Amino acid sequence: MMEVWDMEDRPQIGYSKKVMDHFMNPRNVGDIENADGIGTVGNPVCGDLMQVSIRVENDIITDIKFKTFGCGSAIATASMVTEMAKGKNIEEALKITRQDVADELEGLPPVKMHCSNLAADALHEAIKDYRAKKEGRKEAIEEPAR
Amino acid sequence: MVYLDHASSVPVDPRVLAFAGRYLKEEYGNPSSLYALGLSAKQAVEEARVGVAALVHAETPSTIVFTGSATESNNLAIRGTALRNRKKGKGILVSVIEHVSVLNPAKDLQKQGFDLGFVPVDHYGVVDLGFLEEHLTPGTTIVSVNYANDEIGTVEPVREAAAIVHEKGAFLHVNATAAGGRIPIDVQKDGIDLLTLSGNDLGGPRGAAALYIRPGVKVQTVIPGGGQEKGLRSGTENVFAVAGMGEAARIAALEMEGEMAREKAIRDSLIEEVLTIEDSYLTGHPDFRLPNHASFRFSRIEGESILLNLDTFFGIQVATGSACTSRTLEPSHVLLAIGLAHEEAHGSVVMSLGRSNAMDDVPLVRRAMKETVTRLRSISPL
Repeated sequence: MMEVWDMEDRPQIGYSKKVMDHFMNPRNVGDIENADGIGTVGNPVCGDLMQVSIRVENDIITDIKFKTFGCGSAIATASMVTEMAKGKNIEEALKITRQDVADELEGLPPVKMHCSNLAADALHEAIKDYRAKKEGRKEAIEEPAR
Repeated sequence: MVYLDHASSVPVDPRVLAFAGRYLKEEYGNPSSLYALGLSAKQAVEEARVGVAALVHAETPSTIVFTGSATESNNLAIRGTALRNRKKGKGILVSVIEHVSVLNPAKDLQKQGFDLGFVPVDHYGVVDLGFLEEHLTPGTTIVSVNYANDEIGTVEPVREAAAIVHEKGAFLHVNATAAGGRIPIDVQKDGIDLLTLSGNDLGGPRGAAALYIRPGVKVQTVIPGGGQEKGLRSGTENVFAVAGMGEAARIAALEMEGEMAREKAIRDSLIEEVLTIEDSYLTGHPDFRLPNHASFRFSRIEGESILLNLDTFFGIQVATGSACTSRTLEPSHVLLAIGLAHEEAHGSVVMSLGRSNAMDDVPLVRRAMKETVTRLRSISPL
């Protein structure tokens, strides 16, 4: 008997509906004035540059914005990651992986997986930047006392 | 819908389909068969040969070898000529902006011990004839320069290149996939030894292409088998696609002048309108370019997202040389060769016109390009 070709084996053709939705109507585009943390990853030479800015209150990401130079999936993954991270505690946000971003977008073509990598990295870099700034502020406050 | 990607695929001319359809249904014979059904298929292939030969002013129809694709024609030209003439020498010279179906067979031969050199181009994509002259050696057998480039539209000084190549006793192969049926080609006056033509680019079905081989040029097959096409390309002829290519060539010869004047007027207007966008630039030569071809780059945004935006919001189809649309994730080698930085090459857009386009398309494309560039720049951090 002929085996039925499993859906899982079929190559994905083009972008998922969710990717197209985030490309057409990207969420949280822009910058945050005096952001608590900014993460920039990628390089225009490689064709992808992502910037994620966060506002953090009591370790909760209360606002998040992105800007992207790149292809459709680079824009969609950055948009998706901002939606996933908004309202999360920074510890939880740090746990968002590239696979989580791709899954939430109902999959990405294999050649585009590095886009979701960049989006997760940009978020993580923004959180690191927030932590470094916080440490810096603490030191700055403590310094005059020494 | 405004389809502006005729360099990728051309819809089959309805007249061609009406003519060639019978070779799929009623006249399905194999041209090698000796009964009447086979002979009429053979006749169709030979008539197509006449049509293609006439389009490029070849000496005789027998100079035309039918293949399955322009890629195959390019492989036959490069491999077949280099291998057949290897006793004379192992030198191969190709321009840096050649299509991958020229570059990759040449690189493959390099691995087998051939000496491969690349001829550079200037910022417009015009081949450096001085370099060509300096680097031709008595051991060079084959030189390949495209008639016109499909990514930047630049038309090459083929006649001058041929004179230089022949001076040193080498053969000139010219890939005319983008130029065929769009600008007049005369292989005899141009001094071309081997010429690649694509059936689909002429308005024929996919699955047929041709290689013109000047009488006296020695080439060996790259597909041995039953010996069809004078032993140069074995395999049962794709009679439908070949007959379609012949009919498309006949139509092109009759209508090219008027049709290209029409498309050029639309194209000129398109270029004028698109270049009103801030930080937009024409790529390729402003004057020596295919009449149906417009190519641009836009700063601070990326080509795949431009393509997607134009298709999704405006129903306009274009091409890009951005890395994100290539299998290798490298930007177009053509754009890098004309001196663009990687980040500049990522923002490229190619528009190639055809019969379906009209002057009425221009205002929509203008508005679509402006809105697309504005939206993507508002998302870009650059």
